[in-house]
Amino acid sequence: MMSGKGNISKNKSTGLPRKRFYRARAHSNPLSDSHFPVPLSPQHVDYSIHFPQIFPSSDRSGDARRIEFADIGCGFGGLLISLSTLFPEKLMIGMEIRDKVTEYVKERILGLRTTNPGQYQNVSVVRTNSMKYIPNYFEKSQLSKMFFLFPDPHFKEKNHRRRVISPFLLDEYAYVLGAGGIIYTITDVEELGEWMKTCLENHPLFEAITDEEIESDPVVKLLEAATEEGQKVARNGGQTFQAVFRRISLSA
Amino acid sequence: MEETQMEEECKEEINGTQIEEKESDEIQMEERDSNSQTEVAPALIAVHPFDQSVAVAVGSELRIFNLAKNCSVSIESTEMLHKDAIRAVRFSDKGKLLVSAGDDKLVKIWSTETWQCLCTVNSEKRVSAVAISKDEQYVCFADKFGVVWIVDLVGLAENQPGSNKKAAELFGHYCSIITSLEFSPNGSFIVSADRDFKIRVSVFPRSPLKGVHEIQSFCLGHSEFVSCLTFVHNSDFPQGFLVSGSGDSTVCLWDVTSGLALCTSEVGKEANLSEEAHPAVIDLCATGDGSLVAVAIQRQVSKVPWLQGILLLSCDLSAGKLSTLKVIPVPGETFIPTRLGMALSKNLLWMVTGASNLPGSKATSFARIRILSGFNESDTETRVLEDQEIPGGEKLLEKLQGSVSVQGADFSAAADTLNAAMSSLLRKKQYSNEKREFRKKTRNDKKYNQ
Ligand SMILES: C[S@@+](CC[C@H](N)C(=O)[O-])C[C@H]1O[C@@H](n2cnc3c(N)ncnc32)[C@H](O)[C@@H]1O
Repeated sequence: MMSGKGNISKNKSTGLPRKRFYRARAHSNPLSDSHFPVPLSPQHVDYSIHFPQIFPSSDRSGDARRIEFADIGCGFGGLLISLSTLFPEKLMIGMEIRDKVTEYVKERILGLRTTNPGQYQNVSVVRTNSMKYIPNYFEKSQLSKMFFLFPDPHFKEKNHRRRVISPFLLDEYAYVLGAGGIIYTITDVEELGEWMKTCLENHPLFEAITDEEIESDPVVKLLEAATEEGQKVARNGGQTFQAVFRRISLSA
Repeated sequence: MEETQMEEECKEEINGTQIEEKESDEIQMEERDSNSQTEVAPALIAVHPFDQSVAVAVGSELRIFNLAKNCSVSIESTEMLHKDAIRAVRFSDKGKLLVSAGDDKLVKIWSTETWQCLCTVNSEKRVSAVAISKDEQYVCFADKFGVVWIVDLVGLAENQPGSNKKAAELFGHYCSIITSLEFSPNGSFIVSADRDFKIRVSVFPRSPLKGVHEIQSFCLGHSEFVSCLTFVHNSDFPQGFLVSGSGDSTVCLWDVTSGLALCTSEVGKEANLSEEAHPAVIDLCATGDGSLVAVAIQRQVSKVPWLQGILLLSCDLSAGKLSTLKVIPVPGETFIPTRLGMALSKNLLWMVTGASNLPGSKATSFARIRILSGFNESDTETRVLEDQEIPGGEKLLEKLQGSVSVQGADFSAAADTLNAAMSSLLRKKQYSNEKREFRKKTRNDKKYNQ
């Protein structure tokens, strides 16, 4: 379906998808879980679909490389695109629940792979509900970085449980992050920034990273600059609130 | 330019936010549906670990028979009773406590000595599963929102029964109903299974009141709801292995430390049931030495032959293997157990079938008890006991079934309704778009949260 549309929806000179061809239907199907496939377990994630040049076959038993970075609610994928060339040796994936947005990011990556041979082979995207299916994608301690950039704020108190950073969900993020792994969060909503920071501070498996580390981490600079949402906030001169924490081990 | 356009358009799309809304909506819709019409509740059974007593729950009714004294137990004060269907009932491993909980959002902790209600805990939501820590210090329960709560039993005294205790949040499965909660044999893990195929193994810390944050593993591989969990262990394997039953018609053996599946038994096929039908596994029960696992399988909807009785698996802990031993039919009746129970000491498997709130039948509820004898390592000459051979005899049947004899026709007629009820309990409901929209428009959360 996508391939047929591919020709007209791509900009001829850049090979990049043009967003306006990814018109979202106002009322698509009621989306239930069954509308997108979910791998039974992390072993069932087919790397050859996501990284065909690196994994020519879906049998990856001989290759120890695994996805290490996850951008949760990746939106249009700006962060991933920047990370891809900054960390060419790392495999990374975006998780996005909106069908059309996911398709857009897919096309964007394919376009970049075509126009930049050999590059952007380490980045991919998957449509899923990250709040339910993270353990289906990543094994224990598999990830070294997780990103939560400009997540939906869910202002009402009774909707706080829907926030992607919450005390319960942090348990799962701590599970998929290896010791020393880093969780990056940023928002332009002050209240949400406070909330995310407090959740992380109160969680026994996370500790704040020091100011020096923040200064020296090249990734921190991307939080604001690389994503579409961050750029929008910057254009409007808005303030941002970030919380960057490290996964620690309890027994240590 | 294009970017903003795309963004605007995506906001119109059914977006992530709405999906989530939809999911918690679904649970709320289920809440409301089942509040407005009383749901059929399958009968439950629990057997005291040292054969002191047996408890059967039918609807809101908790029926207890004292095996040691050979007499029925009556719960004195009526305000101590449950007001709606009981969904979980179990004894503690040491046998001092019984916990019952369910749709009335009450968790009741009973002394098995005096049968006084030691304490009642109010839950915000209806309760779907309970577990008691090995040291009898904590009761954990799961609510319909997928949140697991803990109650500290310190200071719970026989001399001041009827006290109220508050529960604290422990951990949660995001927007999924938890079907089963189980402590590992040495109490170091608490395992929770849900309707989204997931089994989570969490480290149960020394001071659990601060929350359970460290996940040991996820046992993933089932492709349908997980309906039941139990541990198999013996002195050589004190940590034991986890056994799970699922709507995908399989029973799985897991190493909970790593989350790896050691063996999968396709019990639907093994029991010679039709391949297309994939009948769900309803309950599991393991012998004290971990060598045998009894499996109750749901009746199939069509007329194809279904398992009338139970399937027996043998479990080889050193090899990490499950294998089918035999099908044990229950003669003469359409007997498909809704719950199984076993004591550690005697080699008896207790089975109950039954339900409450049955629409359109003469008797609105029924319960039938059968017992299978002959479980021990050396010989597996199992036999279904005649009613007169049952411990406690007629007195027990009168108490637990509600009458000495239950007409086979009664529960044959009810079998299909019961079957449907079991499905709706475990499967996620599918709501139409219209219903969802209607629900959104008529939403009044305050009203339904009461
Ligand atoms: C405000 S956008 C931010 C996008 C991107 N991170 C950025 O900074 O530009 C939040 C994104 O999270 C996605 N999202 C919300 N809930 C999600 C979920 N449960 N699973 C996956 N993605 C989700 C939304 O569809 C949306 O694209």
